[in-house]
Amino acid sequence: MITELGHFALILAALVAIVQMVVPLIGVRKHWSGWMAVAEPAAGAQFALTALAFGALMWAFIVSDFSLQVVWANSHSAKPMLYKISGTWGNHEGSMLLWVLIVTLFGAMAAWFGGNLPPTLRARVLSVQAAIAVAFFGFILFTSNPFLRLQTPPFDGQDLNPLLQDPGLAFHPPFLYLGYVGLSMTFSFAVAALMEGRIDAAWGRWVRPWTLAAWIFLTIGIALGSWWAYYELGWGGFWFWDPVENASFMPWLLAAALLHSAIVVEKREALKSWTILLAILAFGFSLIGTFIVRSGLLTSVHAFANDPERGIWILLILGFFMGGALVLFTLRAGAMEAKGVFALASRESALVVNNMLLAVACFVVFVGTMWPLVAEMFFDRKLSVGPPFFNAAFTPFMVALGVILPVGSVMPWKRANLFKAMRPFRYVFLLALAVGGLTYAMQSGRSLIGPIGLFLGAWLVMGVVVELVQRTGRGPDRLRRLARLPRADWGKATAHAGLGVTMAGIAGLTAWTQDDIRAVQMNQPWNVGKYELTLTDVQEVRGPNYLSTMGVLTLRDGGGFVAELRPEKRFYPVAQMPTTEAGIDYDLIRDVYVVIGDQQDNGGWTVRTYIKPMTNWIWIGAALMALGGLLSLTDRRFRVAAGASGKRSPAQVPAQ
Amino acid sequence: MKHLVLLFMLAASPLWAVQPDEILDDPVLEQRARDLSKGLRCLVCQNESIDESNATLARDLRLLVRERLVAGDSDTEAVDFIVARYGEFVLLNPPASGANWLLWGAGPLMLLLAGGVGIAYLRGRARGRPGSDQPLSEAEQARLDDILGR
Repeated sequence: MITELGHFALILAALVAIVQMVVPLIGVRKHWSGWMAVAEPAAGAQFALTALAFGALMWAFIVSDFSLQVVWANSHSAKPMLYKISGTWGNHEGSMLLWVLIVTLFGAMAAWFGGNLPPTLRARVLSVQAAIAVAFFGFILFTSNPFLRLQTPPFDGQDLNPLLQDPGLAFHPPFLYLGYVGLSMTFSFAVAALMEGRIDAAWGRWVRPWTLAAWIFLTIGIALGSWWAYYELGWGGFWFWDPVENASFMPWLLAAALLHSAIVVEKREALKSWTILLAILAFGFSLIGTFIVRSGLLTSVHAFANDPERGIWILLILGFFMGGALVLFTLRAGAMEAKGVFALASRESALVVNNMLLAVACFVVFVGTMWPLVAEMFFDRKLSVGPPFFNAAFTPFMVALGVILPVGSVMPWKRANLFKAMRPFRYVFLLALAVGGLTYAMQSGRSLIGPIGLFLGAWLVMGVVVELVQRTGRGPDRLRRLARLPRADWGKATAHAGLGVTMAGIAGLTAWTQDDIRAVQMNQPWNVGKYELTLTDVQEVRGPNYLSTMGVLTLRDGGGFVAELRPEKRFYPVAQMPTTEAGIDYDLIRDVYVVIGDQQDNGGWTVRTYIKPMTNWIWIGAALMALGGLLSLTDRRFRVAAGASGKRSPAQVPAQ
Repeated sequence: MKHLVLLFMLAASPLWAVQPDEILDDPVLEQRARDLSKGLRCLVCQNESIDESNATLARDLRLLVRERLVAGDSDTEAVDFIVARYGEFVLLNPPASGANWLLWGAGPLMLLLAGGVGIAYLRGRARGRPGSDQPLSEAEQARLDDILGR
């Protein structure tokens, strides 16, 4: 019964979305403020109905209602509750429902908090947002309905893919989707502005919080996914340049570019058409990401949920929204006259360079991801584009970005003196160079990644310190002025420092990982680097829905006992799949990462040990970036801009 | 039942990437083998190198690489040997030859293009006059009056 209610709510939500797509647009055209105002209650109702449908599906997973096809195919009665809940979005149908739920959530938020938007702009934004929702409601109802029943309900389910039964991955998809779909809001704003035919500083200010929110969620989602890959896949990689990872990374790069270009629109009324284009493309890449994951077009480690026919649908949706938006863009872009005038050396120019680097880096990732397909179709070559290509072709852009960032971020608006801007940084630049040089001298004859990464990390973090010190001006009371800096400034500083920390972490991990593979006998110690490991026990453990072979190892260094590690090899009998759980001793300097393998014929066990320097810096940096975004988002300016003044109902505002 | 499960467990237990018995005695050769393995794709896997993969085929390829190195092949000869048998698809690093120049050149070319457009734009901005100020529309004027309490 609850299932049928959910199904019904979903269909109702789709109908409400159609109304919200059509009626406000007619209202705008005919100047009927009543029709325009329909968008707000509709957005709320749409969200409530979709949430009801999603709740119904989640309920079916919680009570293990195996008469539902999705539940049967993706759940099991013995599964822990957390994974029953996360199983709701651990499958194609449920994840698309989550996707559309988030589309409607953002629509509803725009309706609730958009009180200070001009009524016509708001009506158009909500209408475009509803159009996106309609496309995905149609997709769900016609190709991937989660509420389909089975004729004869089986006794028990087939279990969720064991790789997904993990806390890191339980929350990775929702964050990623919040990010992907958050960009739909930016897209709606861009298309609505094109319809209005004008983009001004106010538009830049309205659109920035939404972009920022989407970017924060993407950052968290990507970091969670990468952390999961690190401890779960069993060889300690954190990024594989897998098509699906790239699909989430491309919108992240474009969202970062958009964040920065929207600043120029807001402060200086320049870069308008570029910002609009970025907003359209960023959402376009989100759709491409969805398409890649859902179609299985490109082989990937994420290929646990896909279907070629559904891919065609998403391709059509992608074609419609991108095609429509880009046509509208070419028709209207000419009308967006830039106002601000600025010199070649200025903050504006620095932000243009930032955008160039981020956009071209995104382009490189895109070409690399799609190239196997292109080469096969047009040149009849079956080839692979793997990590070596991306590391070589992508990294230089990030290095360049890191080098110019500290100076660019303090250049004055309009007209700057490059030498004057660089002057305060001369000592920290030398210091950062020294850090890089020292690293180079110490590692003797290995790749340059380590020294360059540590140089960038030191340069970015110290650059942030210099910038903050500069912001306090001269004379007494500097500390008080520092404390009084707007949160947006603190956010900027935190996020930029976070980028430096992540860069240093990636470089450290890539350059200096040590590994060791051997068959070990019980209680016979062996050395890896400066550590001594001993396998003291191997136990057979029963989990709630798996069996596990758990090794117990003691880790010692010169100073004695460091930690006890418990790597596991699990087997999920229902899904017939093995997984690994690495035993990791986390530390700021290095992780010791142990994986246990098979028993050898002579009674020993295969054990792989890695010493991974600075790994945690990657995620600490990502957390700092997300925190920086959050600080910015809570800045007073945005709270005001996002319109805490929702009291004004549009009927009271003279529409024309 | 429990025994049956244990049996399944043994049958399905994964083979580990780089087994101890594969490792060559000569540490220099072994390091070369590891480095080469990182650039070769496991053909039945999804985007994993043979160094990382635990598929049986990856193990066969790892053994093959080591066999060639022990036989005295140079790095290039060993890789060519495998490419000749499994095709270009095994190379994770696409060679810069033929149409692949497009792939490798895409980034630098795009940067040049973006740089050109960017500089043209910046110079235009540096020379340009401030855009004509658009007058407020009626609605905006009304809103402004409303805000200012007029």
